[in-house]
Amino acid sequence: MRESHRSSAGDGLLTLSGVGKTFRNGTVALAGIDLTIAAGSFVSLLGPSGCGKSTLLRIIAGLVEPSVGRRWLAADGAASGSVGFVFQEPTLMPWATVADNIYLPLRLAGMSRREAGPRIAEAIAAVGLDGFAGAYPRELSGGMKMRVSIARAFATRPRLLLLDEPFAALDEITRLKLNEDLLRLWRTAGWTVVFVTHSVFESVFLSSHVVVLSPRPGRIAADLPIDLPYPRETELRMTATYGDHCRTVSEALAAAMARP
Amino acid sequence: MRASWRLLAPLVVGVIFLVAWEAVVRIEDIPVYVLPGPLVVAETLWRDGASLFGSLLVTLRITAAALAAAAVLGGLIAILFARSRLLEISLFPYAVILQVTPIVAIAPLIIIWVQNTFLALLLCAWLVAFFPIVANTTLGLNSADRNLVELFRLYGATGWQALLLLRLPAALPYFLGGLRISGGLALIGAVVAEFVAGTGGTETGLAFRILEAGYRLQIPRLFAALVLLSFAGVAIYWVLSLVSWLVLRRWHESALPRDE
Ligand SMILES: Nc1ncnc2c1ncn2[C@@H]1O[C@H](COP(=O)(O)OP(=O)(O)OP(=O)(O)O)[C@@H](O)[C@H]1O
Ligand SMILES: [Mg+2]
Repeated sequence: MRESHRSSAGDGLLTLSGVGKTFRNGTVALAGIDLTIAAGSFVSLLGPSGCGKSTLLRIIAGLVEPSVGRRWLAADGAASGSVGFVFQEPTLMPWATVADNIYLPLRLAGMSRREAGPRIAEAIAAVGLDGFAGAYPRELSGGMKMRVSIARAFATRPRLLLLDEPFAALDEITRLKLNEDLLRLWRTAGWTVVFVTHSVFESVFLSSHVVVLSPRPGRIAADLPIDLPYPRETELRMTATYGDHCRTVSEALAAAMARP
Repeated sequence: MRASWRLLAPLVVGVIFLVAWEAVVRIEDIPVYVLPGPLVVAETLWRDGASLFGSLLVTLRITAAALAAAAVLGGLIAILFARSRLLEISLFPYAVILQVTPIVAIAPLIIIWVQNTFLALLLCAWLVAFFPIVANTTLGLNSADRNLVELFRLYGATGWQALLLLRLPAALPYFLGGLRISGGLALIGAVVAEFVAGTGGTETGLAFRILEAGYRLQIPRLFAALVLLSFAGVAIYWVLSLVSWLVLRRWHESALPRDE
């Protein structure tokens, strides 16, 4: 069984300490965030809309500077090129085909199109978009665009993969399938994943750790380990222990929401 | 049904207008040196077509050269502006000043300063045509999707890579929109400059033919030249629209087929 969480800061791939974010217009999005992401863990960020989940993920990625506090990255860890990011919106280049969109980060890393070919094909297959390599984004549905965006992150084989509600626009079946694919890839590839979601069930099914955020300004209201064994399969959703964990997380979320 | 109306409706309006024009000229017995009827104009166009067409080609050559120069230099200036905010804020006001100064006012100076007539006319037409391209392309270069810009940064793109792979393609629809406006303006600029220059000799443009016909009271010939000029303007717009559609049809919203 995978060690679900290691709390000593030394193991942290990434550590945030006292991080807060106040936007220029005065909006306080985050306050007093202390968070350690252990190497190899699968952490979900759970919280109500507008509580600062996307902002926190951007800070973790290094796309946004925190207003206060510090962010440490393990020296061997997520150097540029080994962080993968899936935005809340598909964020595809409309002038490029599916394959070219997925090729982009590989191209920026200096890989030739020929070298990248197998990886692109593999990523397209992983999200079930075979046959759409030559399609343009506008020819795809919203959920398909999102899957291209996920494939683009998969193809980079990142050490640290950050996903912002990647499955929110998908139907239940595709969503469950991609949940399992993501878990399998995470386990086999040795990624560290930070996953933003609204869904209690999704966060429990996937994570080694669920971090519950309070409403704006986002603070860490609870940090709950999910000690269910991996590999997790569909049957897990029927078990009592899974239900117990879901209840615990739901209660933590409700308590966070109730706090003024 | 709808497509045929699109063609038919303006055609019907045109025919009604021409018939009314011809009727007024005949009923009121208006002399041909005041207002020739459309039939006389058509006949003149047929008879003098060859010589007028030669003049049209001279004007079109200046127009095309000016438009090409405006596209290349305008595009390059816009890229410079996008690369350096300082350059943009220090030079943009002067581009605006050039744009709002009436070309009729500066054309005489340019014609005095620049010995070569072709170059002088070219410069005048270029002055009128370059601004929409600079303004539009600058806007386009700065309007790439924010998330995509961040994605490029995250995956370690250099400034030039971001320009080449992201900003330029994002600016292409804007550039082509500017080009469409500049096409008509370049023709106007060329004609105005020809009016001011009033060149004689062998290489005379259509504007000179119009002046000449006016002096000699060959009003039908003047009208024929005008008709040719407006057809040229429409043709330029139409060709540039077609180019724009051909370039963008795979991905841009403006080029979506009607049935989608
Ligand atoms: N660039 C910005 N400028 C000003 N305020 C911002 C900016 N980006 C986000 N905010 C504000 O910060 C708060 C948190 O936004 P964020 O996008 O992180 O929320 P979220 O938790 O991801 O919400 P959702 O679940 O709806 O995606 C919001 O109140 C938002 O209005
Ligand atoms: Mg969000």
